Amino acid sequence: MDVFVQQLINGLTLGSIYGLIAIGYTMVFGIIGMVNFAHGDVFMVSCFIALITFLILTAWLGVSSIALAFLVVLVVAMALTALWGWAIERVAYRPLRGSFRLAPLISAIGVSIFLSNFVQVVQGARNKPTPPMLSGGITLFERDGYAVFLAWKQVLIMAVTAVLLTGFWYLVQRTPFGRAQRACEQDRKMAALLGIDVDRTISLTFVLGAALAAVAGVLYLMYYGVVSFSDGFVPGVKAFTAAVLGGIGSLPGAVLGGLIIGLIETFWSAYFSIEYKDVAAFSILAIVLIFMPSGILGRPEVEKV
Amino acid sequence: MSVAGINVLVEETRAIQAGGKPPLLAVRDVSTYYGSVAALRGVDLDVADGEIVTLIGANGAGKSTLMMTIFGSPQARSGTITYDGRDITRLPTHAIARLGIAQSPEGRRVFPRMSVYENLQMGAALHDGRFFAEDLEKVCALFPRVKERLNQRAGTMSGGEQQMLAIARALMSRPRLLLLDEPSLGLAPLVVKGIFDAIRELNRTDGMTIFLVEQNAYHALKLAHRGYVLVNGRVTMSGTGRALLDDPNVKAAYLEGGHAGPVGA
Repeated sequence: MDVFVQQLINGLTLGSIYGLIAIGYTMVFGIIGMVNFAHGDVFMVSCFIALITFLILTAWLGVSSIALAFLVVLVVAMALTALWGWAIERVAYRPLRGSFRLAPLISAIGVSIFLSNFVQVVQGARNKPTPPMLSGGITLFERDGYAVFLAWKQVLIMAVTAVLLTGFWYLVQRTPFGRAQRACEQDRKMAALLGIDVDRTISLTFVLGAALAAVAGVLYLMYYGVVSFSDGFVPGVKAFTAAVLGGIGSLPGAVLGGLIIGLIETFWSAYFSIEYKDVAAFSILAIVLIFMPSGILGRPEVEKV
Repeated sequence: MSVAGINVLVEETRAIQAGGKPPLLAVRDVSTYYGSVAALRGVDLDVADGEIVTLIGANGAGKSTLMMTIFGSPQARSGTITYDGRDITRLPTHAIARLGIAQSPEGRRVFPRMSVYENLQMGAALHDGRFFAEDLEKVCALFPRVKERLNQRAGTMSGGEQQMLAIARALMSRPRLLLLDEPSLGLAPLVVKGIFDAIRELNRTDGMTIFLVEQNAYHALKLAHRGYVLVNGRVTMSGTGRALLDDPNVKAAYLEGGHAGPVGA
């Protein structure tokens, strides 16, 4: 039981990070029907932006308040990563809109390769460690010498995810921008006929997705304390899997999928073998998709025309 | 006299033909292509402020293409379109919509996974909700069916209800010029009458300018001040609604033989 609770906490934490990245996949897929394969690398870039900002703040500027440093790192990482997201859409995807379907996909893979190699060249190939940003926590309970420990950083990760999911859900469902975004999803030409600037709406979607990836990046860095240029790939694929599992196009689905993938991975590692955790996660994905082809919260395509 | 001078002269002559005022919408020698296939070949057409103008033509004549070309989607390959004295030929679609032109397009194109209410909100998007409550009341009075279904998902409504919603949504943007593409398509005769009454009402009381594409030629020409006939991407005839109704060629091609003609109307 104690091991179970501990793994539950770890799994939800990991799943929250996947969920935040997955929202970016799901929003972009929703609006232009494209899998943005560069999204995982955008996440990795945000980790480096966070790392550099944190080191500048603490080592050069001598900021000692952890809360302040964390906030500044978050804001800087979100802003700069959003700029990356905007630029990538502008340079690599927009010129290909209206081209054949595979073109932007190939372009996305190109961007992904570019980003990881760019970071490898300018930052080096070695793992980059950070000093711990937020340590400590509370022991929930202790039995037979096994303490179930809830770290503050885990609480922070889960809380941030919950707040952001709620915020984004509100944005998409209740605000004029969210409505414009859904309109572009359903009928881009009609949205333009109603005066919606479709290109701008798509740009903003990329910006928001990248900003969320940056939040995930900051949390990831804080949680693991280390990052390398290749860290975009695996979390990226996992988050994409999460988006598909939850039902691509659905925001709550993305986070739900993220949590499920995180939990499967953690429990499999704890009870079976850590080598096969990815096999377990992807097998569950395959099985779920056989019985629920549009994902857990995805909508089946039945419409009256 | 310079070429520009001659053009001005031509414009003025046309303005006089259209009833004295310079036209609100002027389509000049517009050709539109889908790939290498011409859909419109040198179309000339005017809609004056406060008019109801009807464009009739067979399936595939290019009526809907003209409606979309006015909105720059697709853009005209040659020719010019001016609205309120401004060249809009190369403007992006959303910028054209913001000038005060609205369209209820072919195939209705309601947002299927949004509620009726949200569809109407989308119609009012370019005013940031400033006149929403007032306009909502207005379109609900015009289309009581829409009012009954405000919370329903638009994609689950019947074709006729979706048609009313598409028109209501277009009205929510408070257009000065309203383009209606086959508003009577798929509707029961009684509903058609309701929609045509509504169009006449909008024109009479609000002074809204209306450009209408119809297969239901009899009703549409009766309603219109003026009309045009489009055949294979070319305007072949124009005149007052009355004159076109009485024209033997129009009669033979568009009014007799099972179309919604005067029988029983």
